[in-house]
Amino acid sequence: MAVNTVVENPDPIFGKLSLEVIPYHDPVVLPVMIMVILGGIFMTGLITYKGWWGYLWNEWLTSVDHKKIGIMYIIVAIVMLLRGFADAFLMRSHQALATSFDTGYLPPEHYDQIFTAHGVIMIFFVITPIVAGLFNLITPLQIGARDVAFPFLNSLSFWFFMAGVVLINASLFIGEFASMGWLAYVPLSGIEYSPGVGVDYWIWSLQISGIGTTLTAVNFIATIIKLRAPGMGLWKMPVFTWTALVANALALVIFPILTVTIFLLTFDRYFGTHFFTNELGGNQMMYVNLIWAWGHPEVYFLILPIFGVISEVVATFSKKRIFGYKTLIWAILAIAVLSFLVWLHHFFTMGSGAAVNSFFGVMTMVIAIPTGVKLFNWIFTMYKGRVEMNAAMWWVIAMLVTFTVGGMTGVMLSIPSNDFVLHNSMFLVAHFHNVLIGGAFYGFMAGLFYWFPKFTGFKLNEAMGKMSCALWFVGFFLAWVPMYLAGFDGMTRRLNYVDNPEWAIYLYIAFAGVLVIAAGLGLIVLNIAWSMLKRNDPAYKDVDGDPWDAPTLEWMTDSPPQFYNFAVTPHIHDLEELRYRKKNGMAFKKPAKYSRIHMPKNTWAGVVIGVFSMAFGFAMVWHLWWLAIIGFVGMVGSFVMYNFERNKDYYVEIDEVEAVESEWLARKKV
Amino acid sequence: MSNTTHSELHHAAHDDHHHDESEKVIFGFWIYIMSDCLLFATLFAVYAVLSNGFYAGGVDPKSLIDLNFVLGETALLLFSSFTFGMAMLYAYQKNEFAMKAWLIVTFLLGAGFLVMELYEFYHFSHEGATPFSNGYWSAFYALVGTHGMHVFWGMIWMIAMFVHFARDGITESNLIRLSCLSLFWHFLDIIWICVFSFVYLFGVYS
Amino acid sequence: MSHSAENHSHGSIKEYVLGLILSIVLTAIPFYLAITKALDVKITMFIIVICAVAQLLVQMILFLHIKADEKNTWNIATALYSLMIVFFVVGGSLWIFMHLNHNMLMGH
Repeated sequence: MAVNTVVENPDPIFGKLSLEVIPYHDPVVLPVMIMVILGGIFMTGLITYKGWWGYLWNEWLTSVDHKKIGIMYIIVAIVMLLRGFADAFLMRSHQALATSFDTGYLPPEHYDQIFTAHGVIMIFFVITPIVAGLFNLITPLQIGARDVAFPFLNSLSFWFFMAGVVLINASLFIGEFASMGWLAYVPLSGIEYSPGVGVDYWIWSLQISGIGTTLTAVNFIATIIKLRAPGMGLWKMPVFTWTALVANALALVIFPILTVTIFLLTFDRYFGTHFFTNELGGNQMMYVNLIWAWGHPEVYFLILPIFGVISEVVATFSKKRIFGYKTLIWAILAIAVLSFLVWLHHFFTMGSGAAVNSFFGVMTMVIAIPTGVKLFNWIFTMYKGRVEMNAAMWWVIAMLVTFTVGGMTGVMLSIPSNDFVLHNSMFLVAHFHNVLIGGAFYGFMAGLFYWFPKFTGFKLNEAMGKMSCALWFVGFFLAWVPMYLAGFDGMTRRLNYVDNPEWAIYLYIAFAGVLVIAAGLGLIVLNIAWSMLKRNDPAYKDVDGDPWDAPTLEWMTDSPPQFYNFAVTPHIHDLEELRYRKKNGMAFKKPAKYSRIHMPKNTWAGVVIGVFSMAFGFAMVWHLWWLAIIGFVGMVGSFVMYNFERNKDYYVEIDEVEAVESEWLARKKV
Repeated sequence: MSNTTHSELHHAAHDDHHHDESEKVIFGFWIYIMSDCLLFATLFAVYAVLSNGFYAGGVDPKSLIDLNFVLGETALLLFSSFTFGMAMLYAYQKNEFAMKAWLIVTFLLGAGFLVMELYEFYHFSHEGATPFSNGYWSAFYALVGTHGMHVFWGMIWMIAMFVHFARDGITESNLIRLSCLSLFWHFLDIIWICVFSFVYLFGVYS
Repeated sequence: MSHSAENHSHGSIKEYVLGLILSIVLTAIPFYLAITKALDVKITMFIIVICAVAQLLVQMILFLHIKADEKNTWNIATALYSLMIVFFVVGGSLWIFMHLNHNMLMGH
């Protein structure tokens, strides 16, 4: 019988914690840490001084309103985007320096932590919350619902996600960040090769936020299937709602795979089992197999909602119905099914042989077909439309071009024999940045410019928006075309030091590209700040909630929408319900009578369970068993307590509904 | 946001929501079960792959598995699935006493199953087959143990249901809760069918 | 499967008893064959799988009351979808590792 591989005997009170785990001697981390601490003190002081704690607690932290939860997701995503971008900047600048002429400025272990942090943060704590935020903000409004099916569960999902965010950020300052790459391949992530706490932080932050994602999936599938407004059959559902349904159907069945995989890795690391070990009948390739059985559908979980965003934006600003709505939906469904049949293309070189590799290679090529269908849907929607070339459309067009390039390089990689040459190279890295930045991020930006006024009440600056799009577009190709070439030349990924002088030029150009992107990103942040200052200016203000003359239901509300969404649940006639109503003179009419509105009350339970889960995760990382027990009992106990609570809902009275609605309709001058 | 609460009107006007509410919650729980299904599928995949690899010189499962014992566990779980069904029927007939009686029987059968499973784990470990022995046994304990954990949580949930019933009796929301628990419990029996077929029955052959 | 108090799709004693009897039979057969080893290995394994699938269906229909009517469309659709994914993940993994083990000369 193998002995427990956890060698050390942690202190009963402090576990593995000690003062040494705080990297105060590290010249790179220390200034960041000081800034974060000072920033934290400043924010806490400001909130206390202004007396905002009550407001924060009552209106945001305990909120079960899908719109507020959505906004919180997006804010966290943008903050984490800045952090993830800082990592990218460090990597590019380091590699540009660390050519054969110099060794760069980051020590190897630090560089490894940075590329791991970049991957983990960008996938799990930027794109995932962007997608979850969009589900929250848009879906209930588009289907004419009051809220999601399970508002408390929604709040809980968000706070599980936040626990993950806090844990992954804590690992920068307490202990170490993981350094084994974003997917923690064994045996490198095993206890022998990564005895530190970095992998444990990764494990618990992903585990906790992953459970949040599973709950989100349950919630939104139930919402879309059960809470659609009367008359909205499946084929009258807006494209974004369709993609939300399909993406959540993916998340529902893949996140359990991640949960199990991470749990088994946890058991290997903590207790010495043999799931993924090299010795005693463990199977390391099973880890890779499972993580990609989750990981490949996962990227479609991230990109499908973005396809939905593009569809909405294109249809609105082309002043046309989306071209080939049904083909678009069937393409989405085809992608969803096919996305489960391609995962082996991430490890063609494993050695499972020609038959297996050919099957997965062919399936990977096949999945490009429905994706191509969608591109034509969007192009034909614009064709002969009255396209309004505003900032949102600039991002759409940037997305169409960049994503197509990324898709094509993906098809190149799908040929197993090509992959044997290109796998693990900068070519691969360039490919997935091409689809993730060019697809997911540009699509999100299009959505941000489109939906921003709906949830804030003011528009973003158009000129700055177009400028930032241009900077990203140029910067992106400047940064990644050289990486494609370097990859072809044989440059592998994750290099801390580049000894081939011929690659130096690629790295210089790529760094120049990152500088351009940095300007683009800065301009986006500046744009948000600037527009916020100008929010009462008539050029920015969204007076009546429908600034774009948009076709779908979410624009039939005020901006920001009334907390109950719709005073009277609309009856649906058409895919583009609002456009239909405007055409038939039915839009924005005062209904014959209002009735009371049944609403869920805010609850402490989500945030409290989230805090307990965070304590639990932190305790597990540091082997603080007493705190782990408190955290776990706290989670279960709070959940049970919430379950036994009464009066979880209330009614908004007719007078109040009427007052809110009349004020809005007066502004609309109906 | 309005903070006015209207709990006095709550019950009067709530009736129109009943049907929707029950349908929505039970469907949501069904969706969750589907997700749990994949959790077990992954564990089955791990078990299947690791049992096709090396046994690495550990204890051969063939020599340990006692099918008569497993048949006993199976019988307990199968009957508990049936008795839960009975409890549901009486719950809908608002017969609180009969419902509670059947639930207690279900709880005891579940407890019996868990005790047998723990005894089996103890026995196997004693014979040298622990989760740390080799890949096969790690996968075995992960799969069977996860099922056992689910049964355990189902029983905790049953205790919570007794508190709910003691406090409020058979109300609409308690019926919804019990329906979800019933789905969960039947689902665990269905998973057990796969466990005894593919782990135990196949185990004595392969 | 909708267990709403307003409808009566939550089964009857008859259904539960029938389900129990069928389940007992479908459990007894594979256990009997595996304990006595009365038949050839391959045939026994085949029968074990058949009985497992049959009992799965029996319990789905008679214990969970999933019937092919309109009210259950979404329950059945989601169940079929999950089964498909289970098949992809389990079947795919087994297929991949069968080939891998063969190529790596592992085990067999």
